[in-house]
Amino acid sequence: MFFQPLGIRTYSAEATFPIKPIDTHKLENSPATEVQINKDDAISYYTKMQIIRRMELKADQLYKQKIIRGFCHLYDGQEACCAGIEASLTPKDDVITAYRAHGWAFIRGVPVCNILAELFGRKLGCAKGKGGSMHMYSKNFYGGNGIVGAQVPLGAGIAFAHKYRNSDTVTVACYGDGAANQGQIFESFNMSQLWKLPAIFVCENNRYGMGTSVERASASTDYFTRGDYIPGLRVDGMDVLAVREATRFAKEYAVKEGPILMELVTYRYHGHSMSDPGTSYRTRDEVKEIRKNLDPIMSFRDKIISAGFVTKQDVATIDAEVKQHVENETAKALASTEPDFDQIASDIYVTDTPLSIRSCNIYNKLHHQPSV
Amino acid sequence: MSLLRQSRNILSNLKAKSLAKRLMHFKFEPDNPSTNLGPTENMNYLKALTNAMDISLENDPTAIIFGEDVAFGGVFRCTVGLREKYGSDRVFNTPLCEQGIVGFGIGAAVAGSTAIAEIQFADYILPAFDQIVNEAAKYRYRSGGLFECGKLTIRTPCGAVGHGALYHSQTPEAYFAHSTGLKVVIPRSPIQAKGLLLACIRDDNPCIFLEPKILYRAAEEEVPVGDYTLPLSQAEVLREGSDVTLIGYGTQIHVLKEVAELAAKDGISCEVIDLVTILPWDADTVCTSVSKTGRCVITHESPVTGGFAGEVAATIQKECFLNLEAPVERVCGYDTPFPHVLEPFFMPDKWRCLQAVKNVVNY
Repeated sequence: MFFQPLGIRTYSAEATFPIKPIDTHKLENSPATEVQINKDDAISYYTKMQIIRRMELKADQLYKQKIIRGFCHLYDGQEACCAGIEASLTPKDDVITAYRAHGWAFIRGVPVCNILAELFGRKLGCAKGKGGSMHMYSKNFYGGNGIVGAQVPLGAGIAFAHKYRNSDTVTVACYGDGAANQGQIFESFNMSQLWKLPAIFVCENNRYGMGTSVERASASTDYFTRGDYIPGLRVDGMDVLAVREATRFAKEYAVKEGPILMELVTYRYHGHSMSDPGTSYRTRDEVKEIRKNLDPIMSFRDKIISAGFVTKQDVATIDAEVKQHVENETAKALASTEPDFDQIASDIYVTDTPLSIRSCNIYNKLHHQPSV
Repeated sequence: MSLLRQSRNILSNLKAKSLAKRLMHFKFEPDNPSTNLGPTENMNYLKALTNAMDISLENDPTAIIFGEDVAFGGVFRCTVGLREKYGSDRVFNTPLCEQGIVGFGIGAAVAGSTAIAEIQFADYILPAFDQIVNEAAKYRYRSGGLFECGKLTIRTPCGAVGHGALYHSQTPEAYFAHSTGLKVVIPRSPIQAKGLLLACIRDDNPCIFLEPKILYRAAEEEVPVGDYTLPLSQAEVLREGSDVTLIGYGTQIHVLKEVAELAAKDGISCEVIDLVTILPWDADTVCTSVSKTGRCVITHESPVTGGFAGEVAATIQKECFLNLEAPVERVCGYDTPFPHVLEPFFMPDKWRCLQAVKNVVNY
């Protein structure tokens, strides 16, 4: 029970918000310009985005303390993309993405402690600590892929499986503005359109491919048109409601007609990875601007407060709970230990007969552990 | 005290540089340059490479450098200052497309430009595998000598770095060793890197130049500032010995040098050979040495099965069969993908190599 100052509106159950117009390419219809949202969903989206934000900032902190080592690509700023898409998907739809995968792993159901443990390289990690930051997986989430663009043909293949099984489900294959220039992307477009696969290709355009701005890398920066014969949508990736609506529209199209491309215009606050300060190719002012005016979580917070779903007090409570949750999960992850030595030669093959893996010389052999 | 605070204290008590050095699995000892190469300057590995490319662009008006992020200097700072000096039409960025980069490089080379392509990490060279193996390596052969892309050099950072995990630590020399028509070179030090890069750029065959990235800053030497090249396909005997021949390349050479020191304490005299060029490799130097010592240990970071050590071992056992006192030993990476946190187990470190030395001596 919350005590409200006098004169404040009562709680509402539903609200309507306008969204920025969505550009379309080779589409007769387009997504709605107004969306409805109910209170439970609103709180759920806000909480999830806030958890992702806190988790990524925690990862940043732990990386600087050298508890996380190696390569670590953070998703803060782009939370609305995965939260919005997930809002219109079911657990039976599949998602595959590139290496900026922590947010996606969480939204697809991997608990925070398993994500953090994977970053630390511990047993509790969702890939047993053997994959690290770029390789996180879960049921209906195919990762987590290190090589740029390589995940998109995989997405087309997974979409084929959906079509083969006659399920009304889709595959979402994400890639970035840098990957948009890889040849295999276009090979996937062609195959998907030829065979009318239920695939939603999502280009998370955060304006920079590592340190190269989109203008300097791409002859055409209208990524939503680069599918040519595949219809496309360009959506404000900082607005979770716009992303949700576009995905709803795209899923309907993909199940009925075939592949569709969705460009989400978004932004990442951190550099490309933790080794990149992110300031040599863009100004600090630019980052500050976006944080102030376009932050996906803050703008959504303002919306849900103005709709009367929650008060500032409620939001503060949620924020505190989220912070505590991430702290607890971090502690759990830190308490886990590194994988045992026998894990080095396991999960390589599937084999009926016992298999020996050669180790550093051909006499010392390790026994291959079958995957359980 | 919480684990987090504990680790913070430990780390704040050590300077970052010394921590990094203690975590490295090798010790770099600088060579002395030949006295006839003129004045020298203290340079690390990456500066030596920049210097080599600077000389190349200065003397060859058709030389161009391209790759991802090379314009601002490259993610490892290997091309710093070159765009400012030679202009954006000679040093330029490509989009993110390795297959396109190499294919484009082959085309530029065929048309007469000295093309120096950079692939950001050797792990990413695989999308370009077809272009390298099917287009570049075979161009001269299939056109009967009418066309060739010898002016192409592909530079790429390779090798374990301590925290690179699966896709930032590979050394793909074995895949390319299987493609005649290419030259594959992997220098161990700044003096070698500069001379060999200039040699590769000027060589009339397409070259893959693998740079062990852990050496970029860790290796510093007095490098001659002038224009000099070092011979390709010539292995180098770094240390003479009589009991066992140790063969390696790249970062592993520095491990082997330490192994030789450790073995000397037990009275074992080791001869250390750097292959330098993987393809075409110098079998004569290697076999002469093994015929003398009768024992051999070959080592590399890449996995053992199908690794280049197999090729060397097979040649040695054929050429030096009657001189061998013990079977040829290979100490290499595990037959697994390059691991994440379990990397220290994977690496063929000095203790494993030393054990192999003892095995062959005590056979």
